[in-house]
Amino acid sequence: MTARRPFTRAQRATIVNGMLAFVIMLVVLQLWLLTATMNAYLGGDGSVIVPAGVASVVCLLLNAGLLRYLYHIERTRQ
Amino acid sequence: MNGDGRERLDIRIDDADRQGLTGTAPAALDRPLRDVEQVTIAPDWRPMDEQPAWRTDFPIDWPQDQYVERRDFMKFMVLTSLAFTAGQLWIAAENWWRRQRGGAGLVRLAALDDLTVGATRTFAYPSEQDPCVLVRTGEQSFVAYSQKCTHLSCAVLPRVAEGIIRCPCHEGLFDLASGRPVAGPPRRPLSRVLLEFRAGQIYAAGVEERTA
Repeated sequence: MTARRPFTRAQRATIVNGMLAFVIMLVVLQLWLLTATMNAYLGGDGSVIVPAGVASVVCLLLNAGLLRYLYHIERTRQ
Repeated sequence: MNGDGRERLDIRIDDADRQGLTGTAPAALDRPLRDVEQVTIAPDWRPMDEQPAWRTDFPIDWPQDQYVERRDFMKFMVLTSLAFTAGQLWIAAENWWRRQRGGAGLVRLAALDDLTVGATRTFAYPSEQDPCVLVRTGEQSFVAYSQKCTHLSCAVLPRVAEGIIRCPCHEGLFDLASGRPVAGPPRRPLSRVLLEFRAGQIYAAGVEERTA
């Protein structure tokens, strides 16, 4: 069994930059989903609400997973 | 600093590298006091002796600072993501509640003869919190719309002679015949009240909300 070497600070910075870019993309997508859904709801169209809600929850789970990974690499730092 | 990344215990109070001013020993001597890679690097990456005096006086570990601010910003973004998801769920709950309420049924508004051509009458439908306006646009034509502007819910006012409905708050204009926005900030048409005519009476029979 080989011991896993913790990430250096430079590696962690690169990782957090990449994750941040991904998270921002997902949050912008969620913002678009929310405004489009609100517009549809106010216009009486309820057909998009559930699919948009599911997509938003998936985005949240992805974001939460990335944050969990960030906490994980924080715990395993030197 | 020792090879294992821990601060060396120095009992001399006047040591130049000593952290703190009081000279008391740190409480947690067994733990690393800072990241082993933590060093002071100026933003332009030049040596500290080439930096202005104020930067020497107040050194900052910039790579560490940038790492921490991005990490905290990411936490804030995930919190924002949670808020957006909560908003989606709130819309879904509102939609479910709207479907459970169902329609408001038939409500008598006026007799046909009560309104002359070009006359208007306000009423509330389907609830008392939903102001609407009924307009007689011709001998045989009536239209009724919600009075809430689709921009920011200001009360709209019909101008029958000009064939428009105007929102005075932000100069939004709607077509009187269709309720569609023709000018100003509104993007959605006014909600249309469906009318029924029975025995010389005008009834509101439902509300048609539209996206375009």
